[in-house]
Amino acid sequence: MTRLEIIASPGFVARSVLAGRDLYEAATMWRLCWTLSWLDIKLRYRGSVLGPFWLTLSTAIMIGSMGFLYAALFHMDLHKYLPFLALSIVLWNFLSLLVSDSCICFTSSESMIRSVRMPFTLYGGRVVLRNLLVLAHNIVVIIAVDLLLRINPGRVALLAIPAFLMWLVVALALAMLLGAMCARFRDIPPIIGSVMQMAFFVSAIIWRPEQLKDQEYLLVFNPFYTLLEIVRAPLMGEVPSLGVYVSAIGFSVGIILLSWSVFSRVRGRIAFWV
Amino acid sequence: MTVELLAENVHLDFPLYHGTARSLKKTVFHSVTGRMSADSRQRVVVQALREISFRLQPGDRLGLIGRNGAGKSTLLRTLAGIYEPQGGRVRIHGSLNALLDPNLGMNPELTGRENITLRGQYHKLNPAAIRRLADDVAAFADLGDFIDLPVRIFSSGMVVRLGFALATAIRPQVLLMDEWFLAGDANFLEKARSRLEDLVRGAEILVLSTHMPSVIHEWCTRVIWLDQGRIVADGPADEVMEAYLAAPGR
Repeated sequence: MTRLEIIASPGFVARSVLAGRDLYEAATMWRLCWTLSWLDIKLRYRGSVLGPFWLTLSTAIMIGSMGFLYAALFHMDLHKYLPFLALSIVLWNFLSLLVSDSCICFTSSESMIRSVRMPFTLYGGRVVLRNLLVLAHNIVVIIAVDLLLRINPGRVALLAIPAFLMWLVVALALAMLLGAMCARFRDIPPIIGSVMQMAFFVSAIIWRPEQLKDQEYLLVFNPFYTLLEIVRAPLMGEVPSLGVYVSAIGFSVGIILLSWSVFSRVRGRIAFWV
Repeated sequence: MTVELLAENVHLDFPLYHGTARSLKKTVFHSVTGRMSADSRQRVVVQALREISFRLQPGDRLGLIGRNGAGKSTLLRTLAGIYEPQGGRVRIHGSLNALLDPNLGMNPELTGRENITLRGQYHKLNPAAIRRLADDVAAFADLGDFIDLPVRIFSSGMVVRLGFALATAIRPQVLLMDEWFLAGDANFLEKARSRLEDLVRGAEILVLSTHMPSVIHEWCTRVIWLDQGRIVADGPADEVMEAYLAAPGR
Protein backbone atom coordinates (compact mmCIF):
# COMPACT_ATOMS: atom_id res chain seq x y z
CA MET A 1 0.00 0.00 0.00
CA THR A 2 1.23 3.47 -0.86
CA ARG A 3 1.96 5.54 2.19
CA LEU A 4 2.55 9.22 2.33
CA GLU A 5 3.40 10.94 5.56
CA ILE A 6 4.28 14.60 5.73
CA ILE A 7 5.40 15.99 9.06
CA ALA A 8 6.08 19.70 9.35
CA SER A 9 9.43 21.19 10.38
CA PRO A 10 11.30 17.97 11.17
CA GLY A 11 14.68 17.90 12.87
CA PHE A 12 18.05 17.33 11.23
CA VAL A 13 17.86 13.53 11.10
CA ALA A 14 14.27 13.44 9.82
CA ARG A 15 15.13 16.08 7.19
CA SER A 16 18.01 13.97 5.91
CA VAL A 17 15.82 10.88 5.83
CA LEU A 18 13.22 12.78 3.79
CA ALA A 19 15.87 14.05 1.38
CA GLY A 20 17.18 10.50 1.06
CA ARG A 21 13.70 9.24 0.33
CA ASP A 22 13.34 11.91 -2.35
CA LEU A 23 16.52 10.56 -3.95
CA TYR A 24 15.32 6.97 -3.73
CA GLU A 25 11.88 7.74 -5.17
CA ALA A 26 13.48 9.58 -8.08
CA ALA A 27 15.63 6.50 -8.75
CA THR A 28 12.53 4.30 -8.94
CA MET A 29 11.14 6.68 -11.58
CA TRP A 30 14.17 6.51 -13.88
CA ARG A 31 11.95 5.63 -16.83
CA LEU A 32 10.02 8.90 -16.50
CA CYS A 33 13.24 10.83 -16.03
CA TRP A 34 14.66 9.35 -19.22
CA THR A 35 11.52 10.12 -21.26
CA LEU A 36 11.41 13.71 -19.97
CA SER A 37 15.06 14.28 -20.92
CA TRP A 38 14.67 12.69 -24.32
CA LEU A 39 11.53 14.71 -25.07
CA ASP A 40 13.37 17.90 -24.05
CA ILE A 41 15.95 17.26 -26.77
CA LYS A 42 13.37 16.12 -29.27
CA LEU A 43 11.21 19.20 -28.68
CA ARG A 44 14.11 21.57 -29.19
CA TYR A 45 14.76 20.14 -32.65
CA ARG A 46 11.27 19.12 -33.70
CA GLY A 47 10.72 20.02 -37.34
CA SER A 48 14.38 20.51 -38.22
CA VAL A 49 16.05 18.32 -40.82
CA LEU A 50 19.23 17.46 -38.94
CA GLY A 51 17.52 17.29 -35.56
CA PRO A 52 19.91 17.06 -32.62
CA PHE A 53 22.79 16.68 -35.07
CA TRP A 54 22.71 20.44 -35.39
CA LEU A 55 24.56 20.28 -32.08
CA THR A 56 27.27 18.16 -33.66
CA LEU A 57 27.53 20.41 -36.67
CA SER A 58 27.74 23.68 -34.78
CA THR A 59 30.35 22.25 -32.42
CA ALA A 60 32.37 20.99 -35.38
CA ILE A 61 32.26 24.38 -37.08
CA MET A 62 33.25 26.18 -33.90
CA ILE A 63 36.17 23.87 -33.23
CA GLY A 64 37.31 23.97 -36.85
CA SER A 65 37.36 27.75 -37.04
CA MET A 66 38.82 28.32 -33.58
CA GLY A 67 41.43 25.62 -34.19
CA PHE A 68 42.98 27.39 -37.17
CA LEU A 69 42.83 30.83 -35.58
CA TYR A 70 44.36 29.95 -32.22
CA ALA A 71 46.95 27.55 -33.64
CA ALA A 72 48.22 30.52 -35.66
CA LEU A 73 47.92 32.97 -32.74
CA PHE A 74 49.74 30.71 -30.28
CA HIS A 75 52.22 29.43 -32.89
CA MET A 76 51.20 25.84 -32.27
CA ASP A 77 51.20 22.77 -34.46
CA LEU A 78 47.62 22.28 -35.65
CA HIS A 79 48.01 18.50 -35.40
CA LYS A 80 48.67 18.81 -31.70
CA TYR A 81 46.37 21.73 -30.98
CA LEU A 82 43.19 20.62 -32.75
CA PRO A 83 42.58 17.40 -30.74
CA PHE A 84 43.23 19.35 -27.53
CA LEU A 85 40.80 22.07 -28.52
CA ALA A 86 38.11 19.61 -29.65
CA LEU A 87 38.24 17.80 -26.29
CA SER A 88 38.35 21.00 -24.29
CA ILE A 89 35.47 22.69 -26.07
CA VAL A 90 33.18 19.66 -26.04
CA LEU A 91 33.80 18.91 -22.36
CA TRP A 92 33.57 22.57 -21.36
CA ASN A 93 30.33 23.04 -23.27
CA PHE A 94 28.93 20.10 -21.33
CA LEU A 95 29.95 21.63 -18.00
CA SER A 96 28.83 25.13 -18.80
CA LEU A 97 25.46 24.13 -20.25
CA LEU A 98 24.95 21.89 -17.26
CA VAL A 99 25.53 24.81 -14.90
CA SER A 100 23.19 27.16 -16.75
CA ASP A 101 20.55 24.45 -17.02
CA SER A 102 20.90 23.76 -13.30
CA CYS A 103 19.85 27.34 -12.59
CA ILE A 104 16.45 26.71 -14.17
CA CYS A 105 16.20 23.14 -12.89
CA PHE A 106 13.08 23.86 -10.83
CA THR A 107 11.79 27.16 -12.20
CA SER A 108 11.37 25.71 -15.70
CA SER A 109 9.19 22.88 -14.34
CA GLU A 110 6.94 25.19 -12.35
CA SER A 111 3.64 23.85 -13.66
CA MET A 112 4.63 20.26 -13.02
CA ILE A 113 5.88 20.98 -9.50
CA ARG A 114 2.61 22.69 -8.67
CA SER A 115 0.35 20.02 -10.07
CA VAL A 116 1.78 16.67 -8.98
CA ARG A 117 3.90 15.46 -6.11
CA MET A 118 7.15 14.33 -7.65
CA PRO A 119 10.56 13.74 -6.07
CA PHE A 120 12.62 16.88 -6.66
CA THR A 121 15.71 14.84 -7.44
CA LEU A 122 13.91 13.77 -10.60
CA TYR A 123 14.16 17.32 -11.96
CA GLY A 124 17.88 17.31 -11.20
CA GLY A 125 18.28 13.95 -12.91
CA ARG A 126 16.46 15.34 -15.91
CA VAL A 127 18.97 18.19 -16.22
CA VAL A 128 21.92 15.78 -16.01
CA LEU A 129 20.46 13.26 -18.46
CA ARG A 130 19.47 15.93 -20.95
CA ASN A 131 23.00 17.30 -20.99
CA LEU A 132 24.43 13.80 -21.28
CA LEU A 133 22.36 13.36 -24.44
CA VAL A 134 23.75 16.61 -25.83
CA LEU A 135 27.27 15.45 -24.97
CA ALA A 136 26.66 12.17 -26.75
CA HIS A 137 25.99 14.10 -29.95
CA ASN A 138 29.08 16.23 -29.54
CA ILE A 139 31.43 13.34 -28.82
CA VAL A 140 31.16 12.52 -32.52
CA VAL A 141 33.34 15.58 -33.19
CA ILE A 142 36.11 14.36 -30.86
CA ILE A 143 36.06 10.93 -32.46
CA ALA A 144 36.16 12.43 -35.94
CA VAL A 145 39.13 14.66 -35.10
CA ASP A 146 41.01 11.76 -33.47
CA LEU A 147 40.35 9.48 -36.43
CA LEU A 148 41.30 12.15 -38.94
CA LEU A 149 44.60 12.91 -37.23
CA ARG A 150 45.18 9.26 -36.25
CA ILE A 151 45.41 9.94 -32.55
CA ASN A 152 45.17 7.15 -30.02
CA PRO A 153 45.39 8.13 -26.35
CA GLY A 154 46.12 4.51 -25.33
CA ARG A 155 45.00 2.74 -22.19
CA VAL A 156 45.48 5.80 -20.00
CA ALA A 157 42.16 6.97 -21.43
CA LEU A 158 40.39 4.46 -19.17
CA LEU A 159 41.25 6.77 -16.25
CA ALA A 160 38.65 9.15 -17.65
CA ILE A 161 35.84 6.71 -16.81
CA PRO A 162 35.87 6.96 -12.99
CA ALA A 163 36.46 10.69 -13.32
CA PHE A 164 33.45 11.03 -15.57
CA LEU A 165 31.29 9.04 -13.16
CA MET A 166 32.32 11.47 -10.46
CA TRP A 167 31.27 14.29 -12.77
CA LEU A 168 27.78 12.84 -12.97
CA VAL A 169 27.39 12.73 -9.20
CA VAL A 170 28.69 16.29 -8.86
CA ALA A 171 26.40 17.36 -11.71
CA LEU A 172 23.34 16.03 -9.90
CA ALA A 173 24.43 17.74 -6.68
CA LEU A 174 24.99 20.98 -8.55
CA ALA A 175 21.60 20.84 -10.27
CA MET A 176 19.85 20.44 -6.92
CA LEU A 177 21.93 23.16 -5.25
CA LEU A 178 21.75 25.78 -8.01
CA GLY A 179 18.16 24.85 -8.87
CA ALA A 180 17.01 25.56 -5.31
CA MET A 181 19.12 28.71 -4.86
CA CYS A 182 18.04 30.17 -8.19
CA ALA A 183 14.38 29.46 -7.45
CA ARG A 184 14.63 31.45 -4.23
CA PHE A 185 16.90 34.27 -5.38
CA ARG A 186 16.23 35.32 -8.91
CA ASP A 187 19.42 37.32 -9.30
CA ILE A 188 21.71 34.33 -8.93
CA PRO A 189 21.45 33.06 -12.56
CA PRO A 190 23.07 36.19 -14.08
CA ILE A 191 25.84 35.99 -11.47
CA ILE A 192 26.48 32.35 -12.34
CA GLY A 193 26.44 33.29 -16.02
CA SER A 194 29.23 35.80 -15.63
CA VAL A 195 31.26 33.47 -13.41
CA MET A 196 31.07 30.78 -16.09
CA GLN A 197 32.12 33.23 -18.78
CA MET A 198 35.16 34.22 -16.76
CA ALA A 199 35.91 30.58 -15.98
CA PHE A 200 36.05 29.82 -19.70
CA PHE A 201 39.02 32.13 -20.11
CA VAL A 202 40.98 31.24 -16.96
CA SER A 203 40.56 27.46 -17.06
CA ALA A 204 43.02 26.44 -19.80
CA ILE A 205 40.40 25.59 -22.37
CA ILE A 206 41.66 27.38 -25.46
CA TRP A 207 45.24 27.68 -24.20
CA ARG A 208 47.38 24.87 -22.91
CA PRO A 209 48.33 24.76 -19.21
CA GLU A 210 52.06 24.59 -20.13
CA GLN A 211 51.78 28.08 -21.57
CA LEU A 212 51.61 29.44 -18.01
CA LYS A 213 55.20 28.20 -17.47
CA ASP A 214 56.22 28.93 -13.82
CA GLN A 215 52.71 29.80 -12.75
CA GLU A 216 51.18 26.52 -13.89
CA TYR A 217 50.88 25.31 -10.28
CA LEU A 218 48.29 28.06 -9.63
CA LEU A 219 45.79 26.19 -11.79
CA VAL A 220 45.18 23.60 -9.04
CA PHE A 221 43.27 26.26 -7.15
CA ASN A 222 40.84 26.61 -10.02
CA PRO A 223 38.11 23.97 -9.53
CA PHE A 224 36.89 24.41 -13.09
CA TYR A 225 40.33 23.52 -14.38
CA THR A 226 40.99 20.54 -12.12
CA LEU A 227 37.54 19.07 -12.70
CA LEU A 228 38.00 19.43 -16.44
CA GLU A 229 41.54 18.06 -16.34
CA ILE A 230 40.69 14.75 -14.62
CA VAL A 231 38.60 13.79 -17.65
CA ARG A 232 40.48 15.62 -20.38
CA ALA A 233 44.09 14.64 -19.60
CA PRO A 234 43.52 10.85 -19.72
CA LEU A 235 41.73 11.24 -23.06
CA MET A 236 44.87 12.92 -24.39
CA GLY A 237 47.03 10.10 -23.11
CA GLU A 238 48.33 11.93 -20.04
CA VAL A 239 47.96 11.12 -16.35
CA PRO A 240 46.75 14.12 -14.31
CA SER A 241 49.02 15.12 -11.42
CA LEU A 242 48.22 14.22 -7.84
CA GLY A 243 47.53 17.88 -7.05
CA VAL A 244 44.89 18.01 -9.77
CA TYR A 245 43.18 14.90 -8.40
CA VAL A 246 43.25 16.13 -4.80
CA SER A 247 41.80 19.47 -5.81
CA ALA A 248 39.09 17.98 -8.05
CA ILE A 249 38.00 15.43 -5.46
CA GLY A 250 38.11 18.02 -2.69
CA PHE A 251 35.91 20.46 -4.55
CA SER A 252 33.53 17.68 -5.57
CA VAL A 253 33.06 16.50 -2.00
CA GLY A 254 32.51 20.12 -0.98
CA ILE A 255 29.82 20.64 -3.61
CA ILE A 256 28.09 17.38 -2.71
CA LEU A 257 28.04 18.15 1.03
CA LEU A 258 26.84 21.70 0.46
CA SER A 259 24.16 20.53 -1.92
CA TRP A 260 22.93 17.88 0.50
CA SER A 261 22.72 20.27 3.42
CA VAL A 262 20.93 22.94 1.38
CA PHE A 263 18.56 20.52 -0.32
CA SER A 264 17.57 18.65 2.83
CA ARG A 265 16.87 22.01 4.47
CA VAL A 266 14.80 23.61 1.70
CA ARG A 267 13.17 20.58 0.04
CA GLY A 268 9.73 21.37 1.48
CA ARG A 269 9.97 25.01 0.42
CA ILE A 270 10.78 24.63 -3.26
CA ALA A 271 7.11 24.27 -4.27
CA PHE A 272 6.46 27.73 -2.79
CA TRP A 273 9.44 29.31 -4.55
CA VAL A 274 8.96 28.32 -8.16
CA MET B 1 -3.96 -1.58 7.03
CA THR B 2 -7.02 0.30 5.85
CA VAL B 3 -7.15 3.29 3.56
CA GLU B 4 -6.99 6.47 5.59
CA LEU B 5 -6.50 10.20 5.23
CA LEU B 6 -5.50 12.19 8.26
CA ALA B 7 -4.77 15.88 8.70
CA GLU B 8 -3.59 16.92 12.12
CA ASN B 9 -3.41 20.56 13.12
CA VAL B 10 -2.19 21.57 9.67
CA HIS B 11 -0.77 25.05 9.53
CA LEU B 12 0.48 26.58 6.31
CA ASP B 13 1.77 30.02 5.43
CA PHE B 14 2.12 31.02 1.84
CA PRO B 15 5.10 33.30 1.34
CA LEU B 16 4.62 35.86 -1.41
CA TYR B 17 7.80 36.68 -3.23
CA HIS B 18 7.56 39.83 -5.19
CA GLY B 19 9.66 42.91 -5.67
CA THR B 20 12.60 42.96 -3.31
CA ALA B 21 11.80 39.80 -1.36
CA ARG B 22 13.66 37.74 -3.94
CA SER B 23 16.70 39.94 -4.02
CA LEU B 24 19.94 38.32 -2.94
CA LYS B 25 21.47 41.73 -2.25
CA LYS B 26 18.80 42.66 0.28
CA THR B 27 19.12 39.35 2.08
CA VAL B 28 22.90 39.54 2.23
CA PHE B 29 22.95 43.12 3.47
CA HIS B 30 20.30 42.46 6.04
CA SER B 31 22.12 39.46 7.39
CA VAL B 32 25.35 41.44 7.50
CA THR B 33 23.79 44.24 9.53
CA GLY B 34 22.05 41.72 11.76
CA ARG B 35 18.54 42.79 10.87
CA MET B 36 17.75 39.55 9.14
CA SER B 37 15.41 38.16 11.76
CA ALA B 38 13.50 41.40 12.14
CA ASP B 39 13.13 41.64 8.39
CA SER B 40 12.16 38.08 7.71
CA ARG B 41 9.07 38.75 9.83
CA GLN B 42 8.14 41.61 7.53
CA ARG B 43 7.99 39.33 4.51
CA VAL B 44 4.50 39.21 3.05
CA VAL B 45 2.94 35.97 4.16
CA VAL B 46 -0.58 34.76 3.48
CA GLN B 47 -1.93 32.68 6.32
CA ALA B 48 -3.34 30.03 4.04
CA LEU B 49 -4.32 27.28 6.48
CA ARG B 50 -4.76 27.29 10.23
CA GLU B 51 -5.48 24.43 12.67
CA ILE B 52 -6.94 22.09 10.09
CA SER B 53 -7.68 18.67 11.57
CA PHE B 54 -9.86 15.87 10.28
CA ARG B 55 -9.72 12.17 9.62
CA LEU B 56 -11.32 10.28 6.74
CA GLN B 57 -12.04 6.56 6.55
CA PRO B 58 -13.12 4.33 3.67
CA GLY B 59 -16.54 5.40 2.40
CA ASP B 60 -16.11 9.06 3.36
CA ARG B 61 -17.09 11.63 0.76
CA LEU B 62 -15.84 15.00 1.95
CA GLY B 63 -16.79 18.30 0.35
CA LEU B 64 -14.74 21.44 0.98
CA ILE B 65 -16.83 24.54 0.65
CA GLY B 66 -16.08 28.23 1.08
CA ARG B 67 -15.78 31.33 -1.03
CA ASN B 68 -12.86 32.06 -3.35
CA GLY B 69 -9.59 32.31 -1.42
CA ALA B 70 -10.88 30.42 1.60
CA GLY B 71 -8.05 27.89 1.27
CA LYS B 72 -9.86 25.03 -0.50
CA SER B 73 -7.33 24.56 -3.29
CA THR B 74 -4.38 25.07 -0.96
CA LEU B 75 -5.77 22.39 1.33
CA LEU B 76 -6.17 20.00 -1.61
CA ARG B 77 -2.59 20.69 -2.69
CA THR B 78 -1.40 20.12 0.86
CA LEU B 79 -3.25 16.80 1.06
CA ALA B 80 -1.73 15.85 -2.29
CA GLY B 81 1.75 16.42 -0.84
CA ILE B 82 2.59 19.30 -3.18
CA TYR B 83 2.80 21.97 -0.50
CA GLU B 84 4.41 20.90 2.74
CA PRO B 85 2.85 22.50 5.81
CA GLN B 86 4.90 24.43 8.37
CA GLY B 87 3.00 22.86 11.24
CA GLY B 88 1.10 19.66 11.90
CA ARG B 89 1.09 16.60 9.70
CA VAL B 90 -0.69 14.90 6.86
CA ARG B 91 -0.88 11.13 6.51
CA ILE B 92 -2.33 9.18 3.63
CA HIS B 93 -2.50 5.40 3.39
CA GLY B 94 -3.54 4.27 -0.06
CA SER B 95 -2.85 5.18 -3.67
CA LEU B 96 -3.57 8.80 -4.40
CA ASN B 97 -4.72 10.68 -7.47
CA ALA B 98 -5.23 14.41 -7.36
CA LEU B 99 -7.22 16.10 -10.13
CA LEU B 100 -6.29 19.69 -9.46
CA ASP B 101 -6.36 21.43 -12.80
CA PRO B 102 -7.37 20.20 -16.24
CA ASN B 103 -3.89 20.37 -17.68
CA LEU B 104 -2.20 18.75 -14.71
CA GLY B 105 1.28 19.48 -15.91
CA MET B 106 0.56 18.57 -19.51
CA ASN B 107 3.12 20.06 -21.86
CA PRO B 108 1.30 21.73 -24.78
CA GLU B 109 4.31 21.33 -27.06
CA LEU B 110 4.22 17.55 -26.75
CA THR B 111 1.80 15.33 -28.62
CA GLY B 112 -1.21 13.77 -26.94
CA ARG B 113 0.49 10.39 -26.91
CA GLU B 114 3.68 11.74 -25.38
CA ASN B 115 1.70 13.42 -22.61
CA ILE B 116 -0.13 10.18 -21.94
CA THR B 117 3.16 8.26 -21.82
CA LEU B 118 4.57 10.70 -19.27
CA ARG B 119 1.52 10.32 -17.06
CA GLY B 120 1.67 6.54 -17.33
CA GLN B 121 5.33 6.53 -16.38
CA TYR B 122 4.59 8.81 -13.45
CA HIS B 123 2.24 6.14 -12.19
CA LYS B 124 4.94 3.54 -12.90
CA LEU B 125 2.94 1.64 -15.50
CA ASN B 126 4.80 -0.75 -17.78
CA PRO B 127 4.96 -0.08 -21.56
CA ALA B 128 2.06 -2.46 -22.34
CA ALA B 129 -0.17 -0.79 -19.75
CA ILE B 130 0.80 2.62 -21.16
CA ARG B 131 -0.30 1.52 -24.64
CA ARG B 132 -3.62 0.42 -23.20
CA LEU B 133 -3.90 3.74 -21.35
CA ALA B 134 -3.29 5.66 -24.59
CA ASP B 135 -5.97 3.66 -26.43
CA ASP B 136 -8.45 4.13 -23.63
CA VAL B 137 -7.82 7.88 -23.37
CA ALA B 138 -7.86 8.46 -27.12
CA ALA B 139 -11.13 6.58 -27.48
CA PHE B 140 -12.84 8.39 -24.65
CA ALA B 141 -11.58 11.84 -25.56
CA ASP B 142 -12.47 11.28 -29.21
CA LEU B 143 -9.07 12.45 -30.40
CA GLY B 144 -8.72 10.29 -33.49
CA ASP B 145 -5.53 11.10 -35.38
CA PHE B 146 -4.97 14.18 -33.25
CA ILE B 147 -3.35 11.98 -30.60
CA ASP B 148 -0.05 12.20 -32.48
CA LEU B 149 -0.18 15.98 -32.87
CA PRO B 150 0.99 18.59 -30.35
CA VAL B 151 -1.60 19.44 -27.70
CA ARG B 152 -0.96 23.12 -28.54
CA ILE B 153 -3.04 22.85 -31.72
CA PHE B 154 -5.99 21.09 -30.06
CA SER B 155 -9.27 22.94 -29.70
CA SER B 156 -10.00 23.96 -26.12
CA GLY B 157 -12.72 21.30 -25.94
CA MET B 158 -10.23 18.63 -26.95
CA VAL B 159 -7.77 19.76 -24.31
CA VAL B 160 -10.43 19.51 -21.62
CA ARG B 161 -11.47 16.07 -22.85
CA LEU B 162 -7.89 14.84 -22.98
CA GLY B 163 -7.14 16.23 -19.51
CA PHE B 164 -10.29 14.69 -18.11
CA ALA B 165 -9.82 11.31 -19.77
CA LEU B 166 -6.22 11.12 -18.65
CA ALA B 167 -6.91 12.20 -15.09
CA THR B 168 -9.78 9.75 -14.70
CA ALA B 169 -8.01 6.82 -16.37
CA ILE B 170 -5.98 5.96 -13.29
CA ARG B 171 -8.09 4.66 -10.45
CA PRO B 172 -6.91 5.63 -7.00
CA GLN B 173 -8.04 4.66 -3.52
CA VAL B 174 -7.95 8.28 -2.41
CA LEU B 175 -9.28 10.81 -4.89
CA LEU B 176 -8.72 14.55 -4.46
CA MET B 177 -10.66 16.66 -6.90
CA ASP B 178 -11.09 20.34 -7.70
CA GLU B 179 -14.34 21.37 -9.34
CA TRP B 180 -12.76 22.09 -12.74
CA PHE B 181 -14.16 18.85 -14.13
CA LEU B 182 -17.60 20.40 -14.12
CA ALA B 183 -16.52 22.99 -16.63
CA GLY B 184 -17.06 21.45 -20.03
CA ASP B 185 -19.63 21.56 -22.76
CA ALA B 186 -22.97 19.94 -21.94
CA ASN B 187 -22.51 17.20 -24.48
CA PHE B 188 -19.27 16.12 -22.94
CA LEU B 189 -20.64 16.32 -19.42
CA GLU B 190 -23.16 13.61 -20.19
CA LYS B 191 -20.39 11.33 -21.36
CA ALA B 192 -18.09 12.34 -18.54
CA ARG B 193 -20.70 11.72 -15.93
CA SER B 194 -20.68 7.92 -15.98
CA ARG B 195 -16.90 7.78 -16.11
CA LEU B 196 -16.64 10.14 -13.19
CA GLU B 197 -19.27 8.26 -11.20
CA ASP B 198 -17.30 5.07 -11.78
CA LEU B 199 -14.13 6.69 -10.57
CA VAL B 200 -15.72 8.23 -7.50
CA ARG B 201 -17.44 4.98 -6.59
CA GLY B 202 -14.19 3.10 -7.06
CA ALA B 203 -12.34 5.45 -4.73
CA GLU B 204 -12.57 4.66 -1.06
CA ILE B 205 -12.08 8.26 0.00
CA LEU B 206 -13.12 11.35 -1.92
CA VAL B 207 -12.22 14.96 -1.17
CA LEU B 208 -13.92 17.47 -3.41
CA SER B 209 -13.51 21.22 -3.40
CA THR B 210 -16.24 23.46 -4.75
CA HIS B 211 -18.26 26.57 -4.12
CA MET B 212 -21.39 25.17 -5.74
CA PRO B 213 -23.97 23.78 -3.28
CA SER B 214 -25.49 21.53 -5.96
CA VAL B 215 -22.23 19.64 -6.32
CA ILE B 216 -22.09 19.00 -2.60
CA HIS B 217 -25.68 17.72 -2.49
CA GLU B 218 -24.94 15.26 -5.20
CA TRP B 219 -21.57 13.83 -4.19
CA CYS B 220 -20.78 14.44 -0.55
CA THR B 221 -21.76 12.95 2.78
CA ARG B 222 -19.64 15.21 4.92
CA VAL B 223 -18.74 18.87 4.50
CA ILE B 224 -16.01 21.10 5.85
CA TRP B 225 -16.70 24.81 5.54
CA LEU B 226 -13.53 26.83 5.24
CA ASP B 227 -13.14 30.54 5.70
CA GLN B 228 -9.82 32.41 5.72
CA GLY B 229 -7.94 29.17 6.10
CA ARG B 230 -9.84 27.98 9.15
CA ILE B 231 -12.53 25.37 9.62
CA VAL B 232 -15.82 27.14 10.35
CA ALA B 233 -17.95 24.01 10.49
CA ASP B 234 -17.43 20.29 9.98
CA GLY B 235 -20.25 17.75 9.92
CA PRO B 236 -22.90 15.94 7.89
CA ALA B 237 -23.48 17.53 4.50
CA ASP B 238 -27.04 18.73 5.14
CA GLU B 239 -26.33 20.44 8.44
CA VAL B 240 -23.23 22.28 7.32
CA MET B 241 -24.78 23.33 4.03
CA GLU B 242 -27.79 24.77 5.83
CA ALA B 243 -25.54 26.89 8.01
CA TYR B 244 -23.34 27.85 5.06
CA LEU B 245 -26.27 28.97 2.91
CA ALA B 246 -27.79 30.91 5.79
CA ALA B 247 -24.55 32.71 6.64
CA PRO B 248 -24.60 36.40 5.77
CA GLY B 249 -22.04 37.70 3.29
CA ARG B 250 -20.73 34.28 2.38
